[in-house]
Amino acid sequence: MKFGVVVFPGTWSDCDFHHVVSEVLHQPVKYVWHREHDLGDVDCVILPGGFSYGDYLRAGAVAGRSPVVEAIREFAAKGGLVLGSCNGFQILCEAGLLPGALLRNECLQYRCQSTHLVVDNVETPFTRGLRPGQVLTMPISHGEGKYHTDAETLAQLRARHQIVFRYATAAGQVTRAANPNGSLENIAGVVNESGTVLGLMPHPERAAEAVVGGTDGLLLFQSLLGSLVEDGTFLKR
Amino acid sequence: MSVAEPKVTLDLARGLGLTADEYDRILRQLGREPTYTELGLFSALWSEHCAYKHSRVFLKRLPTTGARVLQGPGENAGALDIGDGWAVVFKMESHNHPSYIEPFQGAATGVGGILRDIFTMGARPIAILDSLRFGDPADAKTRHLVNGVVSGISWYGNCFGCPTVGGEIQFAPEYGGNPLVNVMCVGLVRADRIFRGRAEGIGNPVFYVGNKTGRDGIHGATMASATFDDTAHEQRPTVQVGDPFTEKLLLEACLEAMATGAVLGIQDMGAAGLACCTSEMPARSGTGMEVEISAVPQREEGMTPYELLLSESQERMLLVAAPGREDEVRRVFAKWELDAVKIGTVIRDTQLVVRHRGTEVARVPIEALADGPRYEKPTVEPPELAKRRAFDPLSLPDTPDATRELLALCAAPNIASKEWAYRQYDQQVGINTLVVPGSDAAVLRVKGTRRALAISTDGNGRQVFIDPRRGAAMAVCEAARNVSCAGAQPLGVTDCLNFGSPERPDILWQFSEAIDGITDACRALDLPVVGGNVSFYNETSGQAILPTPVIGVVGLLDDATRFATQWFKGHGHRIALLGPDDVSLGASEYLWTRHGTMAGALAPLDLGVERRVQGAVRAAVAAGLVATAHDCADGGLAVALAESCVTGPGRIGADVALAASARKDLALFGEGPSRVIVSVEPSRAREFEALMAESAIPWRWIGTTGGERLVIRLGGDVAVSAELEAIDDAWRSGFERHVA
Repeated sequence: MKFGVVVFPGTWSDCDFHHVVSEVLHQPVKYVWHREHDLGDVDCVILPGGFSYGDYLRAGAVAGRSPVVEAIREFAAKGGLVLGSCNGFQILCEAGLLPGALLRNECLQYRCQSTHLVVDNVETPFTRGLRPGQVLTMPISHGEGKYHTDAETLAQLRARHQIVFRYATAAGQVTRAANPNGSLENIAGVVNESGTVLGLMPHPERAAEAVVGGTDGLLLFQSLLGSLVEDGTFLKR
Repeated sequence: MSVAEPKVTLDLARGLGLTADEYDRILRQLGREPTYTELGLFSALWSEHCAYKHSRVFLKRLPTTGARVLQGPGENAGALDIGDGWAVVFKMESHNHPSYIEPFQGAATGVGGILRDIFTMGARPIAILDSLRFGDPADAKTRHLVNGVVSGISWYGNCFGCPTVGGEIQFAPEYGGNPLVNVMCVGLVRADRIFRGRAEGIGNPVFYVGNKTGRDGIHGATMASATFDDTAHEQRPTVQVGDPFTEKLLLEACLEAMATGAVLGIQDMGAAGLACCTSEMPARSGTGMEVEISAVPQREEGMTPYELLLSESQERMLLVAAPGREDEVRRVFAKWELDAVKIGTVIRDTQLVVRHRGTEVARVPIEALADGPRYEKPTVEPPELAKRRAFDPLSLPDTPDATRELLALCAAPNIASKEWAYRQYDQQVGINTLVVPGSDAAVLRVKGTRRALAISTDGNGRQVFIDPRRGAAMAVCEAARNVSCAGAQPLGVTDCLNFGSPERPDILWQFSEAIDGITDACRALDLPVVGGNVSFYNETSGQAILPTPVIGVVGLLDDATRFATQWFKGHGHRIALLGPDDVSLGASEYLWTRHGTMAGALAPLDLGVERRVQGAVRAAVAAGLVATAHDCADGGLAVALAESCVTGPGRIGADVALAASARKDLALFGEGPSRVIVSVEPSRAREFEALMAESAIPWRWIGTTGGERLVIRLGGDVAVSAELEAIDDAWRSGFERHVA
């Protein structure tokens, strides 16, 4: 599976995703510069964490309107896989590729900590290797990760099983205490309607090697790798 | 120029911080009166901060050489060879004064400045550590400062994308008027690709790159301008304003430009801005430089040559490019949307020549600027110190309830968990962090090798105050011991020396003694000092801070899979205490927390024992015998045990039996150097015993891990029996209660 890692000015998880894809998964990977209009030959494009354009306006607001995002929009419309983590999730929401918005953490402080995620939807290319209710451990690192949307959209997200990850206790219970940023319904990650665009605030690339933060993040990549069919389409189940 | 330049007089020079003698020296060196711009250059470059006027004569004593040293003091940062073709580049600097005036931006730009010191050497920063000191935690002002400083560090480091992996936060009333913000940065570079701040090759182009220049941070200028033109905009605060996003772009652009081979020399514009770069770079190379100052990218209108030279606007660099390769430099910086403007040329004549729209405004011999005055001022031991040291803490009553005392110590802001601060910092970006904040040392892997780095900072102001020489030596030992407890071989030191006014003989005595202490310990442990910073004048209304040399140590692990952390790993493991018995309550955390006193003599320090204890711990970790090692520091053995019980992912109790003691407080909370607790699986106990015998150090088994309590017996009597949950609660809430 061929990966592209998008680099905006201010992106900083680009090298980390590149490392995991090339050194841990041993898959081909290239960087995609923010000014590019064509993603080239890739199966999955990753929008990494960081502070694109400094996030001085709103997190992801400027990047969400950059040339490469138009290319990603076309890529996603054709069924290409898009994974946005942290700032990447914020950018996907700003670009309208995912519903909702990410607001300032309820505690008004930056939070870098380990979190537990319970898996709600295992019928996406990113999660098909997981069990419903499985609990993953992955770190977060953000100041604006409080997921928010209106009641109507929330109802749709529920009805269409677009909520993929929710912050939970180690036992998988979705509680207020397990919510690190005040996200609506503890939402940590959502997909688009077709399940091909995933955004999540936690960092799977920081949980992809046993020596640094465990291997639960790797499960997402392994699901992805298994989903690719010879004709270039992806399995969801 | 819109504002007429003031006439240069001795009074004006004095207003800029120069003495009458120094002004005479300028007249002699120039053979004429300086222009206003030239006077500004001298005032900045001859400031204590840039010229190390009062400290240089003492700093010469420090050992700075060693087989691994690729770059010692004198450059933007030090560099050590760590094998496999890699070098570690590191340095610590202070940003104390700005952080008191404006804690958020002061701390943020402190982080920004030290990051640039690292990447100007060609290294990619991989870790930040912050050593912070504040006043009385009960004071509302302290809360404001802690919140401002922590959020400033968080904002800058997180946005830039360098993990904050360690440091310390300590409180003492003496820091109330002068908090300390010392930031250490560590980076990695290929050993044969280290860049230096040099201006070589006559005729080579000089480029200004990065952020535009504004009027922020013009220290002398703002002070002086008030005497001749009292308009409000010239009264602007002297604290710089940071832009971590631009710093990130500058990092990527600099490393990319360096990789092209078109960059010959490069230096960060830190203190004294352009003035410093345009004189230090040619000074190192025996060349000169001419610059057209009006070409500098500016974000404000009508800036004078004086302001442009002395501005401390952030996120800027000066670089010397290879001839004919100017366009390669321009192309890289344009890609990152940063200015890269040719402002001058390297010249043969060893002068700094500054022109403004073609008119010469300064022509100064480089040597005169770079080689500032040096003083050897008198030092006197403060007479009351011997009396304070002679105080016997055992003249105070022993503790009636050691369990309650232990819980109080665990909750003391100096000892309690600093998670409130660390969770605001990204600790993992770069995915190198093997040990996050919360153990004796941070551990980071070196990708592409089997190795890892262990890093720690330390500096106990109370101990240095009571006994500057021994206290400073102990700071070096403790930082190195922390690194050894991770299993790593300490390789080198960066020091940040925070003191009061050097013009006071008692302060200068503290400084001189502390330098000797650092020298003693560094020689005994084979640690070169490869860089650092002196911060004097940390005093308000005659009240100086505690003398605080902060020591940063970088160590190397040959096997990144074999390291130790401070918490117990399993039940039924044997606990050993390595090191001497000698402890003291003098200047201890217990004495302060319990009795509000800072007095009494420190425990003896035997540097030979220190060296052997550290060697023994490293050998035990390397042999796979020990996965838990923890330095006995603030709060003594009892606190170290409590920390090993509760700071890991799961709580594990311990039952410990010590010899009978006439004084419970001394036995449990007494502090002394060279002491480490380790835990060993019973099946490996004999191997461990053999290894300790070879190491020729004092050591003994003291107990076993397991259970839900920490029990400590003295001569068979239970002195401490605390539930782990109670210890955990005290330790986790003690800091946050004061600052959140």
